[in-house]
Amino acid sequence: MKASRFALERPRDLEEAGALLAGAGGLAKVLAGGQSLGPMLNLRLVEPALVVDVSGVAELRRFDHEGGTLVIGACCTHADIEDGRVPDVGADMLARVASGIAYRAVRNRGTIGGSLSHADPAADWLSALSALGATVEIASRSGRHRLAIGDFVTGALETSLQADEVLAAVRIPMVPETARFGFVKHARKVGEFAHAIGAALIDPERGTGRCVIGAIDAPPLVFPDASVLFGGSIRPGFASEFDRSVADRALIDAGVTDPVARHVHIEILRRAVIQAEGEPLVETRAAA
Amino acid sequence: MTGPRTAIKPEGVGARLPRREDDRYMRGRGQYVGDVKMAGMRDVAFVRSPLAHARIRGIEIPDDIRSQVFIAADLDGVKPIRAVSGLPGFKVSEQQPLATEKVRQVGELVAMCVAPTRAEAEDVAARVVLDLEELPALHDMRQAREPGAALVHEHWGDNVFLETFVDIDIASAFDAPIKVSRTISTSRQCMSPLEGRGVVAHLDRRLDQLNLITACQMPHIVRSGLSECLGIEEGRIRIVSPDVGGGFGYKGILLAEEVCLGWLALSCGHPVRWIEDRREQLVANANCREHHYEITVYAERDGTIRGVDCEATVDSGAYSAYPFSACLEAAQVASILPGPYDFPGYRCRTWSVATNKAPILPYRGVARTGVCFALELALDAVAAEAGLPPETVRLKNLVRPEQMPFDNITKKHFDSGDYPEALTRALAAIDVEAVRARQKRGEPDGRRIGFGLSIYCEQAAHGTSVYSGWGIPMVPGHEQAGARLTPDGGLELRIGAHSHGQSLETTLAQVAHEILGVSVERVRLVHGDTAMTPYSTGAWGSRMMVMAGGAVATACKELGERVRLIGAHLLQAAPDDVRLEAGRVVGPAGDLSVAEVARVWYRRPQDLPPDVDPHGLEVTAGYKPVRDSGTFSYAAHAVVVAVDPEIGSVEILDYVIVEDGGVLVNPMVVDGQILGGLAQGIGTALYEEMPFDVAGQPLASTLADYLLPGAAEVPAPRIDHMETPSPYTQFGVKGIGEGGAIAPPAAVANAVNDALRPLGAELLVSPISPRRVVEAVLAARRGSKPNADDLQGRRDAA
Repeated sequence: MKASRFALERPRDLEEAGALLAGAGGLAKVLAGGQSLGPMLNLRLVEPALVVDVSGVAELRRFDHEGGTLVIGACCTHADIEDGRVPDVGADMLARVASGIAYRAVRNRGTIGGSLSHADPAADWLSALSALGATVEIASRSGRHRLAIGDFVTGALETSLQADEVLAAVRIPMVPETARFGFVKHARKVGEFAHAIGAALIDPERGTGRCVIGAIDAPPLVFPDASVLFGGSIRPGFASEFDRSVADRALIDAGVTDPVARHVHIEILRRAVIQAEGEPLVETRAAA
Repeated sequence: MTGPRTAIKPEGVGARLPRREDDRYMRGRGQYVGDVKMAGMRDVAFVRSPLAHARIRGIEIPDDIRSQVFIAADLDGVKPIRAVSGLPGFKVSEQQPLATEKVRQVGELVAMCVAPTRAEAEDVAARVVLDLEELPALHDMRQAREPGAALVHEHWGDNVFLETFVDIDIASAFDAPIKVSRTISTSRQCMSPLEGRGVVAHLDRRLDQLNLITACQMPHIVRSGLSECLGIEEGRIRIVSPDVGGGFGYKGILLAEEVCLGWLALSCGHPVRWIEDRREQLVANANCREHHYEITVYAERDGTIRGVDCEATVDSGAYSAYPFSACLEAAQVASILPGPYDFPGYRCRTWSVATNKAPILPYRGVARTGVCFALELALDAVAAEAGLPPETVRLKNLVRPEQMPFDNITKKHFDSGDYPEALTRALAAIDVEAVRARQKRGEPDGRRIGFGLSIYCEQAAHGTSVYSGWGIPMVPGHEQAGARLTPDGGLELRIGAHSHGQSLETTLAQVAHEILGVSVERVRLVHGDTAMTPYSTGAWGSRMMVMAGGAVATACKELGERVRLIGAHLLQAAPDDVRLEAGRVVGPAGDLSVAEVARVWYRRPQDLPPDVDPHGLEVTAGYKPVRDSGTFSYAAHAVVVAVDPEIGSVEILDYVIVEDGGVLVNPMVVDGQILGGLAQGIGTALYEEMPFDVAGQPLASTLADYLLPGAAEVPAPRIDHMETPSPYTQFGVKGIGEGGAIAPPAAVANAVNDALRPLGAELLVSPISPRRVVEAVLAARRGSKPNADDLQGRRDAA
């Protein structure tokens, strides 16, 4: 199929983008890398009157540190992050997530801000950044504000973005050296959207952690205090304390009624936890 | 004879010549239907049915676009597509190019919309409003067989295209000590060539001829079908098929879209184009493979098969596709289910069932992939029941070399081969003992190792004697080829079938080189054009190398003889004293090249012998093998997998294929055929599935939902060739085009089941998705172990 007719504008800055969006009366779509919007246009799942291509907005391609926070412009591509052109928040954390997204051809064009704005529950960034405690910075003509990922994403393919707003940047706290990150994605083939995602950011020395179960046809299921998954506290050797029943109850509460799906989600989270513990997966599993 | 041939000419039969096609393909310079540009050409988009089964109450077309929209009532004189089988009891479906009273599948064509671009044509299509009265839809073939089911074609009274039954002394097997029954099925798939279908149609007013440029495997058959549907003589139709980006059977039928565009081009006076998009391919067009088996195998305790009893149902979809018909698969099941095994008792009942889905099309391997899956899984179940290794059961029952040629229980005539040798080689190559030892040790990551086998035979290039019995619109006879020397000594070959990727430009040139000695570089293949080639039923049934290769060889032999006789005169030697050798006519006292003879025929006829054959250096010859019941190529596939029982993933660790395709014209091309077939077989085994909801809606409408294996998912197999010549064909070649896609689903499934057997889980449905594996593992745990184990994820001891 081919897209229905639309107007295309390519603003040079966010002010101009905001003006275009505000003037479109809700009939505009923001285009960044186009890796989701492109097919949606061609399948006529969306038929906007105006497409605002923000890929030429210089500010959206910037990245920087602000204190203990890494700020990544929304139009940085997955490949920028995979290749290390954009710095990481810890040893091979963002880069590892980026390298597992779809195929290289998609990563060359697809952007971190576009992915979050699309809010596909099966997308990698949504779960990974939820675990890393990221916030997004949203720009409109009336100013800028920040939202935690959990407040930004309101449902499957739904966000709190208003018609004249653009996701400008992602703000990710730098990860302390004592913390460990696990990220496991279950897909049937390389490049496929995930059927289950487990993400775990755990600092056994401080006894803190966040865990995420993603790809559940809804916003990610976040355990902001992951100690509940480990019998109430996080200590070295936490992975062996992983309590499947807590995760199972949370999945049931989140509306995941299918026991086979829950089994897989829990197993994937368990593997992310094992990864976060830092011991090679092989040995842990052999002991299990 | 087995083992590689000796004395191979550098460019002749048996040479691993790089493909001549690759230069343009690999540089993106192939020329496909989508590359055709014509002045004034307009694009077509179709309005397709959104419902699986509905009565058409009305079609509303706004006045301002009425001239751009065509519905059935506009298509004056166009007849429906009828693919009738002559088998007794076959019920006929009529597929209107544009639906009339009812729609019977999602995606059925209802209206044709024309505009300067495809996007605008889609805009027009979006404004056409269908008033449909939804009817109960049949999404399940077994449900469709039940009394009282809704009717796809009301006047039939039921939904069965055809029922067949064969019983060859099954009762003699009933007292066997081992009886194993299984319900086995293959899911509906979609053939997915890189290039979809595409049609450009225009009227050549000078020749008063409808030119149809279409991505197809059988131009001459399409011409016959189009002539019947449009009601115009065949001479007024020219079918041109340019480069075709993969066919696999998907382009081996007459399309309703071809009929529509043909009519449109005749009516409107400007060129029109329709290029299928991926959604149309997936949702409306490319369905295949959906088989269901209730199979019982009777055996002795030593694994000797006493009998096979089977009820097979094939979901044929809403219409009988032209020319192969709706019963090709199911009726073939009955005759080929015994596979490469020799046993005394057999009973098989089959049903070709109409449902509200796209017509089932013959996909690479056709019914063989399904029967191989059913029988090979059942044989592994027999082995498990008897406590025997799976290879023992096969070796006990495979046709033996000393039985060749062999007529099996359904009178299939095996031409040659050593099946046990293929299996033995495969077992050695995969090192089955080492695999069993590793399996026993267990994996440190908790995955489970499984070993699987499957072995099949592939009847190929079956001809008149086989197809006349089916009574379908197409029966292959003699295959013809033209061979013509050009004045400068080049060789032009003409064949009526068409390559959709099989490397015929290379391999047929090798055949010609083998006979005439003309260098492959000087050979050109003309094909894919009804105006320039002899009639052929086309490229299907793994028949090209046997049939077109045989025809090219026959034509070249005749041409060579004429060259030799002229050469003898020019050499002033007696005809008996000269021979054709390596592209030269060699006499007692001198020699001259084929090119020099060609130059004399065309440019210096005054030098020709007075009694020269006036037919000159252009030959059209026909060919049939000595027996046309088909060649039997075969292969043993052996695979090792690692199965993760907690998340259901299956990794292929090793894959061995020992195949025997008779004499191989180009072993590298054969390797390519096997690799491509294997990729598709892996798709059937692990990934590809078109699910439907209860309303008959196909649920995988993009490649994000319909999973195809990619480079990372296809293993690099180790391929070993045996070469047992066919006694019936030119050079002893056999057809091998489909085999790669036949065995993998069974081999992989058997390997997964081998891995999971200690857990009590067995997978009997393809594809073996992670979900199916986890479901089976959890169900087995529930059945045999305390419930808590489901959540603890403990593994049984191996």
